[in-house]
Amino acid sequence: MFLVLRLLARRLGISLIVLVGVSMLIFGIARVIPGDPARIALGPNATVEQVTNLREELHLNDSIVVQYGYFLADLLKGELGISLYTNRPVTTDIAQFLPATLELVIFAGILMVGIGLPLGIASARYRGRWPDHVIRLVSLLGVSAPSFVWAVILMLLFAFYLPIFPIAGRIADTYEITRVTGFLLFDTLLSGNFSAFGDALRHIILPAFALAVSGIGQAARLTRANMVETYDKPYIEMAHAFGFSARRIANKFAFKPSMIPSLTIIGLDFAAMLGNAFLVEAVFAWPGLSRYGVAVILRKDLNAIIGTVLIISATFLIVNLIVDLMIALLNPRIRYSQRGST
Amino acid sequence: MKRMIIILLRNPLSLLGVILVSLVVLAAIFADFIAPFPDHRGAIVDFLHFNQGPTSRNYMGTDLVGRDLFSRIIYAFRISLILGVVVLAIATPVGTFVGLFAGYLGGKVEFILMRLTDVFLSIPPLVLAIAMMGVLEPTLMNAMLAVTVMWWPWYARLVYNIARSEREEGYVLAAEVIGASNIHIALREILPNCLPAIITKMTLDMGFVIIIASSLSFLGLGVQPPTPDLGSMVAEGARYLPDSWWLTVFPGLAILIAVFGFNLIGDALREILGADQ
Amino acid sequence: MNDVLNICDLTLKFRGYTGVTDVLHGVSLNIQAGEKVALVGESGSGKSVMARIVQGLLQDLKSAQIKGDLFFEGHNLNRLSAHQWHALRGTSMSMIFQDPTSSLNPVFTIGTQFTEVLRRPDPKLSKVEAAARAGELLNSVSIHDHDRVLNAFPFQLSGGMNQRVVIAMALANQPSLLIADEPGTALDVTVQAQTLNLMHDLVEQSGTAVLFISHNLGVVREFADRIYVIYRGRIVETGPTCAVFENPGHAYTRALLAAIPRITGGGIPDIPDTGDAFFEPMVVHNGGQT
Repeated sequence: MFLVLRLLARRLGISLIVLVGVSMLIFGIARVIPGDPARIALGPNATVEQVTNLREELHLNDSIVVQYGYFLADLLKGELGISLYTNRPVTTDIAQFLPATLELVIFAGILMVGIGLPLGIASARYRGRWPDHVIRLVSLLGVSAPSFVWAVILMLLFAFYLPIFPIAGRIADTYEITRVTGFLLFDTLLSGNFSAFGDALRHIILPAFALAVSGIGQAARLTRANMVETYDKPYIEMAHAFGFSARRIANKFAFKPSMIPSLTIIGLDFAAMLGNAFLVEAVFAWPGLSRYGVAVILRKDLNAIIGTVLIISATFLIVNLIVDLMIALLNPRIRYSQRGST
Repeated sequence: MKRMIIILLRNPLSLLGVILVSLVVLAAIFADFIAPFPDHRGAIVDFLHFNQGPTSRNYMGTDLVGRDLFSRIIYAFRISLILGVVVLAIATPVGTFVGLFAGYLGGKVEFILMRLTDVFLSIPPLVLAIAMMGVLEPTLMNAMLAVTVMWWPWYARLVYNIARSEREEGYVLAAEVIGASNIHIALREILPNCLPAIITKMTLDMGFVIIIASSLSFLGLGVQPPTPDLGSMVAEGARYLPDSWWLTVFPGLAILIAVFGFNLIGDALREILGADQ
Repeated sequence: MNDVLNICDLTLKFRGYTGVTDVLHGVSLNIQAGEKVALVGESGSGKSVMARIVQGLLQDLKSAQIKGDLFFEGHNLNRLSAHQWHALRGTSMSMIFQDPTSSLNPVFTIGTQFTEVLRRPDPKLSKVEAAARAGELLNSVSIHDHDRVLNAFPFQLSGGMNQRVVIAMALANQPSLLIADEPGTALDVTVQAQTLNLMHDLVEQSGTAVLFISHNLGVVREFADRIYVIYRGRIVETGPTCAVFENPGHAYTRALLAAIPRITGGGIPDIPDTGDAFFEPMVVHNGGQT
């Protein structure tokens, strides 16, 4: 067990270094833009004096290294500055919008694993026969279009032509929900408001699916590839000799060893959904961090841009860390041996 | 090489991929001759025929100012393909060299280069591109720059993994013993062993670059109107769902078909070349 | 007819891109209850394939064309439904393979795998009971450190240990037939000898019939009551072990015996790869097959 913790600590350390690197990168990019941030912030009617004052305040006349120093100091205090878009602290904006995006991405992640994995297992088990071909084709189609295309198609089919699901938003305006976690699906349950829960569920299904299509395809293809490799291993032939049913072999004996190489990629895919959330949130008017992020980018709202990218990267790193932890727990070789992984 | 092409053409799925990609590429190259309304790629208006669904005159309908959608889609293919080729032409060599030298030389070089790569890889792909485009002017050039910057780390990581395991192999030791220089070993000995994986990835990446690029322009961060681009066409059309459905559906399907074709070929190549990651 | 296994005129062809390949040309073999029969041949002779056909593992393959009768304990295997045939595996007949460590699933503990096997005939077996039974079985293969072994993963145990575990698992449900496909070939020679002795004693005690597939004549001589020599899909000689070894009738058998390096020296003899002599008809010794 201690080995796992040591592994975790080492990964955490590296992740922190990387995160600092990310902050430097994004800071550098943001400061390189043409145009004067202070002028943009104050608008076209600002006087020269106002602009000069703001420039002083924002340390814009200092060297970029000094600016970064101030930025880092603020960051450690938990301050990300004020957003020019909402005129609120960036941290407040993030706290408001992040849960919506997380809820969407997690729901999509559950769909990805819950649908993609069984499809991949079935595909490997019936290898060479028609279920395999159908699943492979569908999976490939799934990864062949960006999320917004699927979002549009799903919206057309299931919100317009077959009006099963609502078109936009997270929940109908008529509901008043007390905010506990920011996750509507939890908050509605916590307050016992089941019709609100149902409504929130109906609202999240289409966007989550649109986000998940590509991930489902990837997960299915990856699982299939790994399981096919596992099926050729001697211990599977042994399992057949022991007379275990094909179903048991597929779902237990072949599945568990196959999952270990898949987990890394699935973790990456899940995290990539964080990026794709931008697109789906745009189509479905989902009030999440990504929509906020696009808005602030279009307005060149530096503080908000930096804050958003930093948070998303941090989440990405955390997800990868969790995945690595799961791999370490699942793979007995890592648990008991000396070797860590890079 | 010739055998590879024959195998590609034998398998029905990869054959479909080759057909689809050929159609897209040919359409892009010969757009001026194939498009029924070549000048519709620019700022033309034709209010006599605006906002119409698919007809025999306009196979895919017309947009809100009367431009033929089919013609615009064909020109949009051109943009997408150019973007893909340029991005890969730059990102692949850069990433490959970074990964090659990090993997072979090891030590401090490895640590610095791979941490650098990690920094780029730790930002979800689209987010970095979006952030860059946010601070740059939205043009085709800048879009290509943003996507390239985001792309090279993947090749670096791929080649790094291969180089790292290959450097223990016998032929590398043999070359070192003879006294070959590091550059020679990296380029002439290890690199050829990375090529199958690189080529497979490039083919699959063509599709992926198209997806990323169209995502950028969907958000308004790519090429600007009136230049036709598949992503921005979907974005514009999305506002008019469900009535003028052809405005979003056809460009969306165009993306799907192009990427699907590249993916089919890439999959087949992966099986043929047996490249592992 | 006390036959546990009776193979009559088994033919196997594989249909490939280049045409049809004949692998087995009318092979016949029988094993009586409690007998230890060896099937000896070089790589590619078809011996491993035969084992898989008996288990019913090859029948799923679309490119395989199989003809001939297989009788197990009097039942015609071809007349059984897939379900019934499948029920026999792991219970009445079991199989062990060359490399014990890779025969065991690397991500499950030995104990878990034992429980799965013991639950084949008795799905409601509790974990505690299964652990107790597994303990008894481990004793029979001279493993006394039950807790450590049952909680271990295969990669944590030595090859010899894993081989004994595999044997214990194969005999757990008291099968009437054990098929051993080149067992112990992946182990050190001394360890191999130990495990073979162990196997010998165990099957004597339990009265299990064994089909022992090998290319190693020395091992075969120690272990088997009767042998069948197979060459390129045809049985070329059969009879009680001592008879065949002392008086090999067929050219191929003689070549095989001559190829064993002798401790007294003499080098490696000059044996042709093949030749008309190897396709001579089968030689049957007295006390051979029925």
